[in-house]
Amino acid sequence: MSTFVLLTLTGLGLAALYFLVASGLSLVFGLADVLNFAHGLFLSVGAYATWWAADHLPGAGPTGFGFVLAAAFGVVAGAAVAALVELVLIRPLYSRTIEQVLVTVGLSLAGVALLQATWGADPRPFPRPEWTRGVTGIGGANIPNASLLLVLAAAAVLALLLLFLRYTRVGLVIRAGVENREMVTALGIDVRKAFTLVFAIGGAAAALAGALGGVYFGSVSPAQGGSLLIFAFIVVVIGGMGSVVGSAYAAVAVGLLQQFVNYYGTAGLGDICVVALLAIVLLVRPQGIAGRAVTA
Amino acid sequence: MNPILTVDDLSVRIAGLHILQGVTFTVAPTGVTALLGRNGVGKTTTLRAIVGLTPRGAEVSGAIRIGKQSALSTPTHRLVRGGLGYVPEDRCVFAGLTVAENLRLAERPGAAPAYDRVFALFPELSKRAKQRAGTLSGGQQQMLAIGRVLLADNTLLLVDEPTKGLAPKVVTEVAEALEAVAEEVPVLLVEQNLAVVRRLARDAVVLAAGQVAWTGAAARLLGEPELTKALLGVGSTGVHA
Repeated sequence: MSTFVLLTLTGLGLAALYFLVASGLSLVFGLADVLNFAHGLFLSVGAYATWWAADHLPGAGPTGFGFVLAAAFGVVAGAAVAALVELVLIRPLYSRTIEQVLVTVGLSLAGVALLQATWGADPRPFPRPEWTRGVTGIGGANIPNASLLLVLAAAAVLALLLLFLRYTRVGLVIRAGVENREMVTALGIDVRKAFTLVFAIGGAAAALAGALGGVYFGSVSPAQGGSLLIFAFIVVVIGGMGSVVGSAYAAVAVGLLQQFVNYYGTAGLGDICVVALLAIVLLVRPQGIAGRAVTA
Repeated sequence: MNPILTVDDLSVRIAGLHILQGVTFTVAPTGVTALLGRNGVGKTTTLRAIVGLTPRGAEVSGAIRIGKQSALSTPTHRLVRGGLGYVPEDRCVFAGLTVAENLRLAERPGAAPAYDRVFALFPELSKRAKQRAGTLSGGQQQMLAIGRVLLADNTLLLVDEPTKGLAPKVVTEVAEALEAVAEEVPVLLVEQNLAVVRRLARDAVVLAAGQVAWTGAAARLLGEPELTKALLGVGSTGVHA
């Protein structure tokens, strides 16, 4: 029983990480039709900015409120970089899919190279607040607090995103834009402003994943964003492009599947099962769990 | 009276197809002008060019003026905020949003939304405010699509096939609503149902093969069966307006 609880909660921790990356990716694709291969860069920016801020930002530090401040700095940095990428690189390329893919792939490669050139390719120890190094006993299992932190953070982000989409004017524009962007414009709304905001929101969530992922893994490295992005893309496709709730369901499915199969099967089999799940969903329900509509 | 809309030598080429080839016509500042023609002659393309929604990559040339404003050099959202209302073919309501949310989305900044006007014309929308638009009937969706643009004051309405696919009773309701709307704002109407055209339109512009084939009074066009048949390929009767 304790093994089941442990695998479930650590699987949910992994799912939380995937959800934080995938939610923004999904909204960006759903609204702006941009397949953003540079999304992993926002995660890396968040992780490195948090890591840097813990040492250098006045008031910030590796534990307690200092870490919260460092993570907040990381989130703001991720959101700012994402907004800048949208304004400078993506905006001139809307409806030019091939060019978008080339630019975002190029940006992700250049971003990793820049991080390597600045801080080296080796993993750096990440600041871990005291509480996150411990465990909490739940159902007879000792659950790493870092996993619980990720689950709590992802649940909070999910709730905030749904409230934002459901109750704000911009959220309404985003939900409508995911359904029919052209018609939103035909109602007198400059939908491009929503694009920038969605990029910034996605960048902030990915950066939070970077900061909390650093705590979870205990280190930060330039390639971390890219490797998580692959699973985030799978989550987005399974969940349905443009659906935050779909991403949440899919992240839970992928996280739990990976964790259980890797434990009861052989290491790496979980990843193969995730790809198999992706293939099944694409065959049976190509639009994903929640289709294209944003559920709020 | 100066026209509210002037389309001058409008050409549109999409993916190599020359869909509009020098279309020129005007729309009077009052009443309904019907834009007619057989399927595929470019009626919807004309409306979409006016509102700036031709597909990316389309080659558009010529001039379109709404009042004194050049439409081709103005982004769609600015044209709409300036008073151009567009009711697209197939309604295009947001199926996942409620009726109330569809309407709220159409509120324009800086102008009080005229919910009274919309609900007086379409009381059904008020009753179904919390219902998802995707679960409405075709007629109710059409009422929502028209109601959406009537929340704001418009200088010109573009309405594309509003009775397409609707039951005869609903066609009459939609025609009545458009008749009331046209008393306040000029309308450029694309419509296949000639009974609706006969009821609503004062002027008519007929397109054929991407060009204007005929302009004049709608009553004259529909009053001459041979002319109607030659230009539109159908008799001058329609159903239920």
